Amino acid sequence: MTYQFKWSVLWTGDSGRWLLQGLVTTLEISALAWLLAVFLGVAAGALRTVPLRPLRALATFYVEFFRNVPLLVWMFFWYFGVPPFLPQAAQQWLFSHGAEFWAGMFALGVYHGARMSEVIRSGIQAIPRTQFEASFAMGLTVFQAYRLVIIPIALRLIVPPITNESLNLLKNSSVALTISVAELTFQTRQVETYTARAIEALTAGTLIYLVLCVAIATIMTRLERRFAIPGLIARVGGPA
Amino acid sequence: MPDFSVVANNFRFLIVQGFFGIGGFVGGTLRLAVPAIALGFVLRIGIGLARLARARWIRVPATMYVEFFRGVPLVMVIFWFWFIIPQLLGLPIPEYGVALIAFVIFEAAYFGEIVRAGVQSVPRGQVEAATAVGLTGAQTMRYVVLPQALRNMVPSLVTQMIVLFKDTSLASIIGYVDLTKAAQIVNNREIRPFELYLFIAVVYWLCTYSMPRFARRFERAV
Repeated sequence: MTYQFKWSVLWTGDSGRWLLQGLVTTLEISALAWLLAVFLGVAAGALRTVPLRPLRALATFYVEFFRNVPLLVWMFFWYFGVPPFLPQAAQQWLFSHGAEFWAGMFALGVYHGARMSEVIRSGIQAIPRTQFEASFAMGLTVFQAYRLVIIPIALRLIVPPITNESLNLLKNSSVALTISVAELTFQTRQVETYTARAIEALTAGTLIYLVLCVAIATIMTRLERRFAIPGLIARVGGPA
Repeated sequence: MPDFSVVANNFRFLIVQGFFGIGGFVGGTLRLAVPAIALGFVLRIGIGLARLARARWIRVPATMYVEFFRGVPLVMVIFWFWFIIPQLLGLPIPEYGVALIAFVIFEAAYFGEIVRAGVQSVPRGQVEAATAVGLTGAQTMRYVVLPQALRNMVPSLVTQMIVLFKDTSLASIIGYVDLTKAAQIVNNREIRPFELYLFIAVVYWLCTYSMPRFARRFERAV
């Protein structure tokens, strides 16, 4: 092993700027996809509990089909497969406004929406039925029971799994490099290609991901501990 | 309009070459997924138990291992192995080897967490009872804790196996000809992305959707 490290490649030339741009793109695509995923997750999670069979079947189909197929396949599907079927005007707009970014964002959001809906559904199901009964016994209406009792508890219960899922989304945004979205992993490869310094470039990219994930996880653990309901959430404060 | 004859015309290549890995290319989704799931069981259990060890010098490295791989995208890890292994060994390694090693090492972090949770799910009274009848620590683990823990772990293990199965599609990034790459190859010639990618989505779905059903039958048998 006679590998000569040359860390200076990371701050000379364009490398630093590329990595920074990659980081910004990763955060942008993840944030937009996260919004889409939460919206779809809440919608699908709620639809799966309504008493109308066709709506329930639709939501179940969405969740079961989209989360059981690799994200990479969805990336290709939404980027290569779908645009040819769009109206001419929409196609033109897409391809002059970075189609790969929007397709990647959409693939990421739809895929994780299906996974989020499972998290949200299990959060609502984890609330003991006695909570409903107690609210009604107190004289609350259904709407009040949801607004004042069920939703506040459900939101606190799902903080840990939602955090986990959000971090998965952030990490999975790296798959968008396959449709040439210039996110962090893509830019890491670019630095590696231009400098021929694989280990240095990969170390930089890996460290950025690690710092991002650890930072988000730390903040969310704080939040979780702050909003924990004693007795309902056993995990908090226990040994890891 | 969608025209699915492209799938029928290339069915053999997609399934035989892409899915099973029989043919002129080195590839196959199953040929990667099955060993990736089967190998590394010792590593997974070892990491899970090491996370619970009382000795700091065992627990801390295992925790770092898990936290590291759970904080980094799999794509990044695949690139790491793609560049590092040839450097370390001084000889070129085929895509198959790189992908397999990357999957086993990366997924061990996730499987390790499942093992840890499974072991923690066994009530303390079981350990105390085992100690009371005179079993040593290792015997307690081997005969009392692990058999119960494994049974509790089955659902999470199946979920993780599905994740791993889906993740094998990422091996196509370094040129391994699995189902996804096979569809790309056919698409380059036929330019029918909608039909081809929808078809492989259905193939992946059939596999992942049937896995928990097989597992339930298996679970009942255990």
